[in-house]
Amino acid sequence: MNLFLDAFAWLADPANWTGPGSIPQRIAEHLWVSGVVLVIASAIALPIGALVGHSGRGREPAVMISGGLRALPTLGVLTLFGIWIGIGLAAPVISLVILAIPPLLAGAYAGFESVDRRTIDAARAMGMRELQVVGKVELPLGMPIVVGGIRSATLQIIATATLAAYIADEGLGRFIFTGLKTRDYGEMLGGSILVILLALVIDGCFALTQRVVVPAGVRATRTAELRSRPTRPRTVVGRPNTEGNQE
Amino acid sequence: MIEFRGVTKQFPDGTVAVHDVDIVIPPRKTTVLVGSSGSGKTTLLRMINRMVDPTSGQVLIDGTDVATVDPVKLRRGIGYVMQNSGLLPHRKVIDNVATVPLLRGESRRAAHAHALELLDTVGLDRSLADKYPAQLSGGQQQRVGVARGLAVDPNILLMDEPFGAVDPIVRAELQQELLRLQEELGKTVVFVTHDIDEAFLLGDQVVIMQQGGLISQAASPAEILAHPADAFVADFVGADRGKRALHVTEVDGRRVVVDADGRAAGVLAS
Ligand SMILES: Nc1ncnc2c1ncn2[C@@H]1O[C@H](COP(=O)(O)OP(=O)(O)O)[C@@H](O)[C@H]1O
Ligand SMILES: [Mg+2]
Repeated sequence: MNLFLDAFAWLADPANWTGPGSIPQRIAEHLWVSGVVLVIASAIALPIGALVGHSGRGREPAVMISGGLRALPTLGVLTLFGIWIGIGLAAPVISLVILAIPPLLAGAYAGFESVDRRTIDAARAMGMRELQVVGKVELPLGMPIVVGGIRSATLQIIATATLAAYIADEGLGRFIFTGLKTRDYGEMLGGSILVILLALVIDGCFALTQRVVVPAGVRATRTAELRSRPTRPRTVVGRPNTEGNQE
Repeated sequence: MIEFRGVTKQFPDGTVAVHDVDIVIPPRKTTVLVGSSGSGKTTLLRMINRMVDPTSGQVLIDGTDVATVDPVKLRRGIGYVMQNSGLLPHRKVIDNVATVPLLRGESRRAAHAHALELLDTVGLDRSLADKYPAQLSGGQQQRVGVARGLAVDPNILLMDEPFGAVDPIVRAELQQELLRLQEELGKTVVFVTHDIDEAFLLGDQVVIMQQGGLISQAASPAEILAHPADAFVADFVGADRGKRALHVTEVDGRRVVVDADGRAAGVLAS
């Protein structure tokens, strides 16, 4: 209990809120690193996931690769890149990107796959080009699941970005590592609490976003389905749907 | 006019869905493809708008081989109505109807104004324009599907079991509605069904298909009943079971037509 009192005392100390290395500065750094990682990882994983979900091809390699990446211990990867590239932000950013790719990829392909094949088929039969099918049909309908992937990736990035401080002078992890070294457990726990709070706040924002991106007509479908409809058949995964009907 | 010339479709898995088919589909008439499930009706239909490309043979529209036309352009000029209506669930009724005109670059205002008129055409209240598909009944959704199919005023309207998923009363209503529409609009309608009664009701020409994508007979309903091409057709249309046999009996001096079960079908006009 004493430890928590120490942590709150540290958090409440005005000296920790101003100057270089202050709490606001570390929060800003933490968010900046997380943001950079999210942008890079999304730029890699979302288009690939969308392509896999759209075409129904390459699902097995995608699952295998993201499974493999998931199995990598982030601290080990970070140490490896740290030794290789040296001190600085590059090694933590790379490690975090590797961490973030699997949930982003899974969200993207699951989102695109979740769209009813018959809806996509009808869109194509009306004369939509492939990119229009993606942009006007698959993306809006799959969006809630895609955002779900971004949400879980972000949560992991923010939690794990503390490790950036292991190798660079960046982020809320500084408090944890400094506290550990100087045996200032109040600072250490205070830093951890800040990471948790930050993660919760950001996750809350995503939870809201995830609800907002559900298309209105689909929300209507859900309630209608609850009332009367038989559930729609599962999407046929892995079968190209450019030809024939999908009965 | 749509013409199939020696058309065969074999899917990559080896299934021969359509085998060496020749059909001529006359303009401004309704041609119904009828046959049991898996006989290749959908495959045949989808070759007209290049949703399926034949393995061999040609499909011609007014003398032009569709294989030489950009599929997207082709599809934007042909109406397509399917069983589950295929409406976009995230778009309002009015936007669903206006989809293709908007794809073609029409202004939103013009496309919406036209879409409202189309709701009238298919017998839907304009107040439904701002609803989402999931808020409509099955029959209403099918009407929206038909309105969407008509949105670019196509010469050709393809309909794949459009009334297959609605209850019998609504189906009968929609069938009458289609007959009325067709009288008004005079489209080249190609209609797929597995229901021979629906085929006889709607079709000027009825094409009876067998498993393996073979055509047993293509003729008017009257001709098929008068001269079924073979035993399969006779069985399929129910001619051999006397299902369609009608008799005339005299009731109080009027000649009443009754069916095989003795139910009155109508009065013979003299
Ligand atoms: N994309 C496809 N791949 C493989 N086989 C298919 C495909 N589409 C249809 N088929 C097969 O082709 C045959 C004809 O199918 P279809 O044209 O859908 O028949 P119908 O519409 O008369 O029920 C069936 O045996 C069906 O399983
Ligand atoms: Mg079919």
